[in-house]
Amino acid sequence: MSLQVSDLRVYYRTLAGDVKALDGVTFSIADKEIMGLAGESGCGKSTLGNSLIRLDGRMKYVGGSVNLDGAEVPIWDDNDMVPFRFREVSVVPQYAMSAMNPTRKIGKMVSELTESRGLRFREIKEELDRRIDLVGLDRDVLKRYPIELSGGMKQRMVMVISTLLDPSLLIADEITSALDVSTQRAVAETLVSFRDHGFVKSMMVITHDISILYQIADSILIMYAGKLAEKAPTGTIIDKPRHPYTQMLVSSLPEVGVRYVNKKLAGIPGSPPSLLDPPTGCRFRARCPFAFSKCLEEPPFVEVDTDHSVACWKVSGPDA
Amino acid sequence: MRRYFGRKLFTYLLTFFVAATIDWLIPRFMPGDPVAVLVTKTGVFSPTQAAEMVKYYTNLFGLNQPLPVQYLNFWTSLLHGNLGLSVYGNGTPVFDMIMAAAPYTLALLVPAILLSWWAGNSFGALAARRKWLDNTVLPMGYILTATPYMWLALVLSFTLSFSLRIFPLSGGYGFNLEPTFTWLFFTDLVAHWILPFLSLFLVMFGGWAIGMRNMIIYELESDYSRYLASLGAPQGLIRKYAFRNAMLPQITGLALQLGVIVAGALVTEIVFSYPGLGHLVFAAINNEDYFLLQGIFLFIIIGVLLANFIVDIVYVLVDPRTRVAMRGGTA
Amino acid sequence: MTAIPGTSTDVTPAVDDAGKIPAPAAKRARGELLFFSLRSKKFVISMAVLLFLAFLAIFGPMVDSTDPLAQAGLPMRHPTLDAGNWFGTTYFGDDVFSQFVNGLRASFFVGFLGGGLGALIGMFVGFVAGYRGGWVDEILNMITNVFLVIPTLAVLLVITSYLKARGVMFEAIFIGITSWPWAARAIRAQTFSLRSRDFIDLAKLSGRSGWKVIVFEIAPNMSSYLFLTYILLFGGAILIAASLDFIGLGPTGGMSLGLMMYNSVTWAALQLGIWWWFVPPGVGIIALVGALYVMNVGLDEIFNPKLREM
Repeated sequence: MSLQVSDLRVYYRTLAGDVKALDGVTFSIADKEIMGLAGESGCGKSTLGNSLIRLDGRMKYVGGSVNLDGAEVPIWDDNDMVPFRFREVSVVPQYAMSAMNPTRKIGKMVSELTESRGLRFREIKEELDRRIDLVGLDRDVLKRYPIELSGGMKQRMVMVISTLLDPSLLIADEITSALDVSTQRAVAETLVSFRDHGFVKSMMVITHDISILYQIADSILIMYAGKLAEKAPTGTIIDKPRHPYTQMLVSSLPEVGVRYVNKKLAGIPGSPPSLLDPPTGCRFRARCPFAFSKCLEEPPFVEVDTDHSVACWKVSGPDA
Repeated sequence: MRRYFGRKLFTYLLTFFVAATIDWLIPRFMPGDPVAVLVTKTGVFSPTQAAEMVKYYTNLFGLNQPLPVQYLNFWTSLLHGNLGLSVYGNGTPVFDMIMAAAPYTLALLVPAILLSWWAGNSFGALAARRKWLDNTVLPMGYILTATPYMWLALVLSFTLSFSLRIFPLSGGYGFNLEPTFTWLFFTDLVAHWILPFLSLFLVMFGGWAIGMRNMIIYELESDYSRYLASLGAPQGLIRKYAFRNAMLPQITGLALQLGVIVAGALVTEIVFSYPGLGHLVFAAINNEDYFLLQGIFLFIIIGVLLANFIVDIVYVLVDPRTRVAMRGGTA
Repeated sequence: MTAIPGTSTDVTPAVDDAGKIPAPAAKRARGELLFFSLRSKKFVISMAVLLFLAFLAIFGPMVDSTDPLAQAGLPMRHPTLDAGNWFGTTYFGDDVFSQFVNGLRASFFVGFLGGGLGALIGMFVGFVAGYRGGWVDEILNMITNVFLVIPTLAVLLVITSYLKARGVMFEAIFIGITSWPWAARAIRAQTFSLRSRDFIDLAKLSGRSGWKVIVFEIAPNMSSYLFLTYILLFGGAILIAASLDFIGLGPTGGMSLGLMMYNSVTWAALQLGIWWWFVPPGVGIIALVGALYVMNVGLDEIFNPKLREM
């Protein structure tokens, strides 16, 4: 009833060498938990999301294990993964707006997809209709072509399709990035309602927008440069973050309703390290105001409180 | 829908108008005098008689009238199907000569276009799937599409007619036969038809195969293909979608290529002395038969425009997005 | 106008949002370009073929200074692949090899000039239509569509048949004038997509006039695409010229590959079995045009990182 990821490593093949995009991550998501996955661009969060469902041509699995509901998920083998895809693990991709075949009526596409996965469309049609109603779409959307729908409508349709077979794990990859604020809210609320209705058991919401996670996530996992920085319940991350990176990330968010007159918004100076040849030890030490000698050694991702893990020597103590 | 086709029709009519006008204009602005040519052909040498001939022909072709009147006459005779008289044909109406030659050309073009399009696309799609096939189809396709039509015709003719004597060298049918509805005549017709057909087919085939292969690869990398794969859809379904989507630009490509294909048919016929429009063109040029040339030109233009229109209709039927766009359904 | 069906005429050029690549990265980008160029098999092979043919075209007639139209030996001699008789002789005893290299020169010339002219017109029409939009675009579009449909050979047939003396220049110019439509269309589409980018707005805001924006902002960002278009026009011009020459409407005087084939047919090369008269010119065209097409694809891969093989 949960996801367990152990020391997962996925690199990208490039001409210049391997880019260590995901370099040993360990965490778990409990049943009914919506976990947010946040971090700046290039931190590895999309790689993590993608690797759990389908490795594309440039990605290579290097090590680690993934367990879903107690069963091992063979992400290294494209063929062995097929039974898992759509049924156990599903994805609402970043490109949801162009995810549907433009020359096929939506209903026809869904029926062909489900039939190809071994299901009779007649049997799920009713459920499909119910879910379409649930997201606020008209039932005749099935007779339309994708070009006839607005961005938000396409997004919602793709969400319905991806969760049609009630997967155990849903990966939502940057699904609010291209939307306006009010549609973002609608989509976010839809995600939560899916979980509440039991359509999905657990969810991984990947985004760089922490404010969305604040609204819907139960816990947040912060990544930095291919490694995990901190994982904690949402409230803790926002109010009492302990990893220096998380602290700076959160404090760089402007508060709603507050006017900054004389204070500049504090950002985080510097930029993330190259993942082709990452620095030894803690990858954040170049930009961290608290870095000290121990930081030349890589800090382990340890639990410092209930359900609160951090990878920082300052937090966990130099002899963790 | 009506607006879309109305627009297309207007463009085609405009094109025809422009083309016909160019056709009419050229002889009147080029150096050289078609009447003088005609007169020399008649072999009349005495100056007084030559002057008579010049007057006769000038009258006949209305060349002594003011230009606007000539232009009007041009259109009136055109709409009556009167394309003038052919010198090469010794006075036969150009229209009749074209009608006699056109079936041969169409018999080459239509099967060659349809078959090469179908076969080339299928092969291209197959090549996108199998690496070993791709490695052979791709270079072969590039070579074929870079091959000038007449050269392939020459090579085929040389190897299969001259050297191996499998197929006849030239003509539409054997010189010893009369056109009749007999089996013998028919097989002879086909025997003469095969090489020019093959020549056209092969060059076009190469182009379609390459085009389709590239389009399929492009479609297989699209977002919808990725999404289906992420949801575990089998390769068969993904390829089916990719194929259907890749066909669409191939259809428009067909319309764009028509001019080139017609040119290819013309030169191929010349090599085989196949009695179609190409052969007629060659004869017209060699005999300085301007009226015949102009008539063939107009005929070709009409044919190409018609074909374009047909392709437009087919495209609308096949791509649902155009119908939606016409309904104004884009969100 | 033999655009290869299916080649990506709508590939977005590799440009970042600022429209310009920052200086140190630009240097690296050029180096990277060179690296990928040399790595690409298609590019290297096609470039090699093109250079070889260009070498033949430039130096061939100088080395083998036999007049292509003068009798060089016994008529209808088989080629023996040694100096003086590389490709044999024609029905009249003319040296086929000499005709071949001279014809090759003519092909390069027609391709260069005809393709170039077609590219220039196409660029003008495409840029203006794509940049201005509105009714200017409508009109130019209509004109483009009209000329797109008219089969170029048919027009050239009628035009050239009336002229008594025709030069290579003339042929090239006419091919250029009739082959621009598809280039115009493709360039217009690209201009459209670039027009709405931010750096264009910036340029407009800083007061740059219309044509300056086109020449200094839009065109440089499409430079790879423009180059690829030129290559296709180059190849297309050679094929069209070959067809024209073959029908007998090529340049009067001089030599060309199409003319060789025309002569061979007129003088019964097929019936007499003089295959070495018409095979070399065709092979020359295939090599030249084929190499251009393959280089087009190779360059496409080099310029567009997405297409590069890993």
